[in-house]
Amino acid sequence: MIYFEKVSKIYFDNTKALDEVTLKIEPNEFVSIVGHSGAGKTTLIKMLLAEETPTEGNVYFGSLDVHSLNKKKINKLRRKIGTIFQDFRLLPHKNVYENIAFAMEAAGKTDEEIAADVPHVLELVDLPKKAWNFPHELSGGEQQRVAIARAIVNQPDVIVADEPTGNLDPLNAYDVVQILKKINDLGTTVIMTTHNKGIIDEIGKRVITMEDGKIIRDDASGRYAI
Amino acid sequence: MFWLNFKRIIRSGFVNFWRSGIVSLSAILVMVVTLFIISSVIFGGALLDHTLEELKDRVDVNVNISTNVIEDDVLALKTQIENLPEVAQVEYVSSEEALERYKERHADDQKILAALDELEENPLGAVLNIKAKDTSQYESIQLFLEQNYPEGQTDSIIENVNYARKEAAINSLNLIINTGEKFGTLLTAIFVILSVIITLNTIRLAMYISRDEIKVMNLVGANHSYISGPFIVTGCIYGIVSAIFVLILLYPITFYIGPQIAPIFFDLNLFSYYVSNFGQLFLILFVAGIVIGAISSLLAVNRYLKKRK
Repeated sequence: MIYFEKVSKIYFDNTKALDEVTLKIEPNEFVSIVGHSGAGKTTLIKMLLAEETPTEGNVYFGSLDVHSLNKKKINKLRRKIGTIFQDFRLLPHKNVYENIAFAMEAAGKTDEEIAADVPHVLELVDLPKKAWNFPHELSGGEQQRVAIARAIVNQPDVIVADEPTGNLDPLNAYDVVQILKKINDLGTTVIMTTHNKGIIDEIGKRVITMEDGKIIRDDASGRYAI
Repeated sequence: MFWLNFKRIIRSGFVNFWRSGIVSLSAILVMVVTLFIISSVIFGGALLDHTLEELKDRVDVNVNISTNVIEDDVLALKTQIENLPEVAQVEYVSSEEALERYKERHADDQKILAALDELEENPLGAVLNIKAKDTSQYESIQLFLEQNYPEGQTDSIIENVNYARKEAAINSLNLIINTGEKFGTLLTAIFVILSVIITLNTIRLAMYISRDEIKVMNLVGANHSYISGPFIVTGCIYGIVSAIFVLILLYPITFYIGPQIAPIFFDLNLFSYYVSNFGQLFLILFVAGIVIGAISSLLAVNRYLKKRK
């Protein structure tokens, strides 16, 4: 489903963020990418979202060569990928309902579909009573759950979570991972980068370890091993 | 789908405007200054035009007719001058009327009045007051008169033309008019460009605050027009609110200043000008506000969208 073919990224100052990375991710997998800061985890994710272009190599999403797509097709591709970030990145002037609805509006959904689906995903992340609150009125854990709701509301093929537990206390981090596991169980591929050893060990699924832009380990049912 | 997106963009623009309170307020304040400068330029232009028109209107050339010429000959000359393409108007003042006006002008000078009474005949001839269509055309009228009716000759019906005495004044007035028009246009352009640049940068700063928001919108797959649309609508609202504010502000300002400066500018009252030209001012300020707001927002948001695919 997702295939990185000898992908390298060298920045203008000659920093090598990725070094001939080849990686295949199958549908419905839960893949954790671990590694120290600067190992290349976030760059790898940015390649998939077409936020960065590779210096060499190709990234495929299904049969699509991601970096040969035009702007319009990239927008379509991004609607198939739900993104979750460490710093939540909610729209500050929109309330919880509007933040989730925005992703649906961008995908061209009708008002009726939005009115039906948003309360449903809010229940899934256990925030049905916070629909009219603004992001600054929520705790970190609640904000991340809104970000998850926004990421899943269009029923994407893949969820990409870049350090989703980085800004959360252990209890909230545990909750977030449980939600991601539930989403994966329902058939969505999940790609998550993290530093959190406890979480990786608890998930017990595929773990890719990166160092200096290279994949140094790829364990089908791995544990945190740095 | 188009109408659904259009409706959502408009709604989102209004919501953004309302929820970004302080940012909206600062953008409006800067735009008020811009629109105020534009309206000051309009008022300044009106004052300048009115003053120049009044000055032009007060310039004329007086042809003094010899005392022995009969009225029919003077009227024939009047018709001949009126037929010149440069001439706007010729006023005929008979010798009797000229004497009356002279007496009126010197009503306080008993010596002159006494001297006039002692004379048996009217010493003044008829006068033709000529107004040209443009102040630069007096010279060619003068040339026509010189060629066809040379002054001072015994058979000439013209005793003298006072163009030579007025020439310097007419020339300097021409210079003032030309410089005023050129300088006015240049000054208007500079003021408007400067204020537009300031507004553009203020809105760009407002957009800078939203750069992360734009990035997130991109990542959830929103297309560029759906991202920039609400920002452009918000920019238009800045323009509309600022235009209304400036129109309201102009009422007390012109009401107070108008009567005070009217005597300096040949009785043009700015308040009367504001009231009688309200529709035009409304249209100019609204269109300027909307165009400046929309273009500034579009340029600012495009700056962040261009960086991303």
